[in-house]
Amino acid sequence: MIKIDNHISDDPAYYQLSIGGEVDASSSIHLEEGLKDAMAASKKIIVDLTELEYISSAGLGVFMSIIQDLENKDIKFVIYGMEPKVFEVFEILGLNQLITIKENKDQALEAIK
Amino acid sequence: MISQKGIIRLSVILGIIFWSLFTIVDLMALFSELNGIAFGIPPFVSNALLTLFIISLILFYRFNIGQAESVNFVDLLWRVFVSGLIATVVTLCIEFFFTIFASSKVGSNTLVINFLYHVNIGLVIAFLVSTFIVWKRLILYQKNKSLLATWQLYEYALIGTLVFDLFSHNYQDPAFLTVYAILVLIGLYLSFNLKWIAYLNFKQKWRSILFVLLVIIYIWYFFKTLMFFSEKVQLVRDLLDSVFILSLITFIIIYCVIALLVILFNLPTTSVFEKKLEEAVNFQRLSQSIPAGESEEKVYEILLDSSVSAVYSEAAWLQISDPNKNVEITLTHNLDKELIPVISKAVNNSRFKKILNSDFERNPKSLKISANLKEVNFRSILQFPVTVKGEKIGVLALLKEVNDGFNKEMIDIIDTFVNQASISVENFRLLNEAIINERYKEELKIANRVQNKLLPDRLEPCAAYDIHALSQAADEVGGDYYDVYQLDEERTALIIGDVSGKGTSAAFHMAQMKGVFQSLVQLDLDPKEFLVHANNALSRCLESTSFITVSFFVIDSKTKQITFARAGHCPSLYYCAETGETKYFKNRGLGLGILRNFNFHKYVQVNEFTYQAKDVLVLYTDGITEACNDKKEQFGYDRLQSALTKHADQSPATIQQGIIDDLYEFCGKESLNDDYTLLIVKFN
Repeated sequence: MIKIDNHISDDPAYYQLSIGGEVDASSSIHLEEGLKDAMAASKKIIVDLTELEYISSAGLGVFMSIIQDLENKDIKFVIYGMEPKVFEVFEILGLNQLITIKENKDQALEAIK
Repeated sequence: MISQKGIIRLSVILGIIFWSLFTIVDLMALFSELNGIAFGIPPFVSNALLTLFIISLILFYRFNIGQAESVNFVDLLWRVFVSGLIATVVTLCIEFFFTIFASSKVGSNTLVINFLYHVNIGLVIAFLVSTFIVWKRLILYQKNKSLLATWQLYEYALIGTLVFDLFSHNYQDPAFLTVYAILVLIGLYLSFNLKWIAYLNFKQKWRSILFVLLVIIYIWYFFKTLMFFSEKVQLVRDLLDSVFILSLITFIIIYCVIALLVILFNLPTTSVFEKKLEEAVNFQRLSQSIPAGESEEKVYEILLDSSVSAVYSEAAWLQISDPNKNVEITLTHNLDKELIPVISKAVNNSRFKKILNSDFERNPKSLKISANLKEVNFRSILQFPVTVKGEKIGVLALLKEVNDGFNKEMIDIIDTFVNQASISVENFRLLNEAIINERYKEELKIANRVQNKLLPDRLEPCAAYDIHALSQAADEVGGDYYDVYQLDEERTALIIGDVSGKGTSAAFHMAQMKGVFQSLVQLDLDPKEFLVHANNALSRCLESTSFITVSFFVIDSKTKQITFARAGHCPSLYYCAETGETKYFKNRGLGLGILRNFNFHKYVQVNEFTYQAKDVLVLYTDGITEACNDKKEQFGYDRLQSALTKHADQSPATIQQGIIDDLYEFCGKESLNDDYTLLIVKFN
């Protein structure tokens, strides 16, 4: 099951999206909705993946599909807090080369400044 | 055994023989008596012949009428009528004969009179026996065990009297009277079995009354004739001295009288019974499942017709509107469709409106309404919602030209009809859905067969290496792909790929990948160029959230060099036979279709190494490493590595089987829920 939460901060201005649980083919739709909402709401997005246990290729596909959009709309987008196992999945696919990945929230906030 | 027809024929022949013998013996006895000659044959013989004649008749009718297939009661009565008619006509002829020759010598000759009397006896007995057999069938209609037992007792007792009759008795004899009284009582008891009458319709009842009346008239007439004979001349025998015949006549008459009265009293209620029967038939029609190829409309037509006739309504309509199933039907009975909105409005305005739903199922959208109307041609209406799976899909409205035209019974019947129709429609729809699902399954089976053809059906070993592969989809179709292409005598291209997601969409992308591989590999590109071109091609084909990871290898057997690049695919595992060590090729890479612009080439890294004999290359998809056990632990890279180390000295097929066995042992499952592929190359 996927768990999605959002938190909007005004100062410093950022949009925080927290993804937890398991993202598979069926729950990736919710991930996509969450990301679309975030992109519509803010130009500075940090995604907390601390609670994320598993992400399938369909879930990775959602992250991949927004890369071009992020660039076009000039949105600063950082994900952070991944467990090594989850990070490995991003790394093997090569997504770490296209998406900024940080270890914790402080680094993430620093990165979107 | 003799066949039924054989028995009938035999009984006819025997009947004629016994009757002739019986007549001859009696006439001879009479002749000797008249002429004062001592006659050698005792009266016992003639009685026995009569008994045999009766038994032949019983046999004949038992098989002729008793076993006939038809259970049409009027038909049975018709047979009685016909046999009675024949007997009557012959008797009338005899009477006519006496009228003509009354004064002549022939007419007063005792022998002639006795002969004609015997003819009459034969016919009357035949009539009585046939009537008896018909009555038996009528009485035993819908029989139960005790009725059958009583009847058998009666029948055996009656046949028993034939033996009693062998010894001539006078009807004033106390023994005669006792036997007769007992038989009459049992006969009376049995005569109250008249269930068949309930199943006659109005017309049939009138005909039955006619036939039963005729039977009474026949018997009265025969009785009169027999009496006339016994008064007229000296008779060698008097039929009325037989307990059997007397009991038979009494029983037939009793049954006739009771049946006549019961039919008469049943006449006024016939229409009610017919109505109930019709309702049952209609209910059955509604509950029959709709045959394939027919539409729901059939059910609605039956519902409307049955309802109209069940409550005698003057007009009605049935409106079905189900946008989900694209069904729009308006059926009417004696009603102009344009009047429907007018009447519906009148229902809303009605001040005498009753809502029939019970409180707990009251849903404002599907109310059952009984109302009196004003300002339209009809005075009362009964309106029922038609629901399927709890959704209202239409309305049935029945109209009458009188106030309060619908009583509780009618409402109950309509309720039952509507419910049954709903069930039929529901079943019909479920059946259709099942058929469609079945077709989808078939389609998927075809897709599965087609996709299996997209993977190489067998991998040929060559001078440089031996190879074995296994690919298993979680669903009917999957997104894993591998292929081999012989570039020239020395060099082979090898690819393994995995489409993101699984199922049908993954299968389509996998097919595209196959097309891309087969086209580009012809151009003999180096791995980097191959991946760049493949990324370009796939960027134009894939869905926005789909990507494909691949590893592409070119193996040169001459130089023993392997050049390869990884596009986001799981790192390939390599076993070095010399050192006995295994390692993953973790070079940089990016999945195909992720970066859909010209920057992709920046993310491709080509590696090169030299292989040696007995080295093993393992290509796989993430279905292997991400397979989980019950504790949600993944099989992972380390376990795969140790599994390879364990089996590396075997043949490729054995290595593959060994790894799969280890995998399943770890997962403890029958099947994995992701596509997985495992390809083993062992170098020579």
